Amino acid sequence: MRFWRKVIAITWKDTLSEMRTREIIFSVLVFTLLVIVIFNFAFVASQETMVLVAPGILWVTFAFAGVLSLNRSFILEKEEGCLEGLMVSPISREVIYVGKMLGSLLFLLIIEAIALPIFAFLFNLAVLSLQLVVITVLTTVGFVAIGTLFSALAVNTKAREMVLPILFLPIIAPIIICAVKASGLALSGEPWSGLSPWLQIIGAFDAIFLVVSFLIFTFVIEE
Amino acid sequence: MQERHTFRIGLLGLSFVLMVAALYLVFIYVPPEKEMGIVQRIFYFHVPLAWVAFLAFFIVFLGSVLYLWKRESKWDVLANSSAEVGIVFTTLFLITGSIWAKPIWGVWWSWDSRLTAALILWLIYIAYIIVRSFATEESRGARFAAVVGIVGFIDVPITALAITLWRTQHPGPTIFQGSLSPPMMLTLLVCLVAFTILYCLLLIQRVSMKNDEIEISRLKELGS
Repeated sequence: MRFWRKVIAITWKDTLSEMRTREIIFSVLVFTLLVIVIFNFAFVASQETMVLVAPGILWVTFAFAGVLSLNRSFILEKEEGCLEGLMVSPISREVIYVGKMLGSLLFLLIIEAIALPIFAFLFNLAVLSLQLVVITVLTTVGFVAIGTLFSALAVNTKAREMVLPILFLPIIAPIIICAVKASGLALSGEPWSGLSPWLQIIGAFDAIFLVVSFLIFTFVIEE
Repeated sequence: MQERHTFRIGLLGLSFVLMVAALYLVFIYVPPEKEMGIVQRIFYFHVPLAWVAFLAFFIVFLGSVLYLWKRESKWDVLANSSAEVGIVFTTLFLITGSIWAKPIWGVWWSWDSRLTAALILWLIYIAYIIVRSFATEESRGARFAAVVGIVGFIDVPITALAITLWRTQHPGPTIFQGSLSPPMMLTLLVCLVAFTILYCLLLIQRVSMKNDEIEISRLKELGS
């Protein structure tokens, strides 16, 4: 249980700093809104075509939001030398990974919880179903599982902001495909049984990359 | 040193002979396929290229795991070299695939399952090379690249699964269905062996070049 106490301490530290600075959630939320508005110009959409392109817009937006907020997650640590502080503190690297991951998960879920209703409102869609919430949560877990690993890696390179999207986007391609497809089915009123193969792949991705990232995170931030 | 040199020359000769044999089999010996005609011959290059690309990325994965485990730079050199060769072969098999697709499907590119998976694979290993060049020190770059090499390879089956469920129009694995006539099978097998030997040759060459580079920079540091 000591493991989880330390994990919670790191997540709490991130949450506290976010509550005081409002650096990640607020700016990423504004960015998310901007992307949705820009997409509105990109597709001349009637109500029928909207149902077809909406899942794509939604997940491209969330993937970009993920890149942005995950990047901040470790850049903030790096800027004030906090990463060194974390590394000399008597906790294992795995604790840092899980703690940072839960923090990022929390922020992204808050961003999505605000962005989804706005999305529904602006595009006149019924996106607020239990199915979409499940898809969103599962996919976001996948995002942060792999994103936290790559964010810690990217922050130690020369071109920090560039490296994360280059690594992150091709790796998350399979869950983006599944999330888009499952959201499309959910929007067209498909029952759970139709969604389950897609949800299974997302779940498998989450499980595999949580374990793999947990195991190799230590190699990313050693020294 | 001398032995290694002879071995490499031998491999070069073997690769040359096999390649010539493969060319003869593909262009003269094997009968054209009855529906697709002459275009189908690109299949004998396309499949071995794909196989070698996959083999190369598997070697990247192994090299990466061994590097993180043992911390010996030879594993990193192996993984890095194999990734470079793998990218070349992936590029070639994307190109040969496109050349085949144009007359058969009528388009250069379709977002079919295997094409998409191959493209994503290609992008992942481009990222593998980029990460190394963005690292501030060499040992750090090697470690980061190894992490990408492991994660990237594990991602491949999931990507394949997701995209297959998504859509597919690529011809199925004909090799295992027994729909290839014996001359076609023979041609394919010779091509597979020829390209695998070529891969080994390129890999050995690249590894020894990288080792020389490391040796030279070590000597330079001693001199300065």
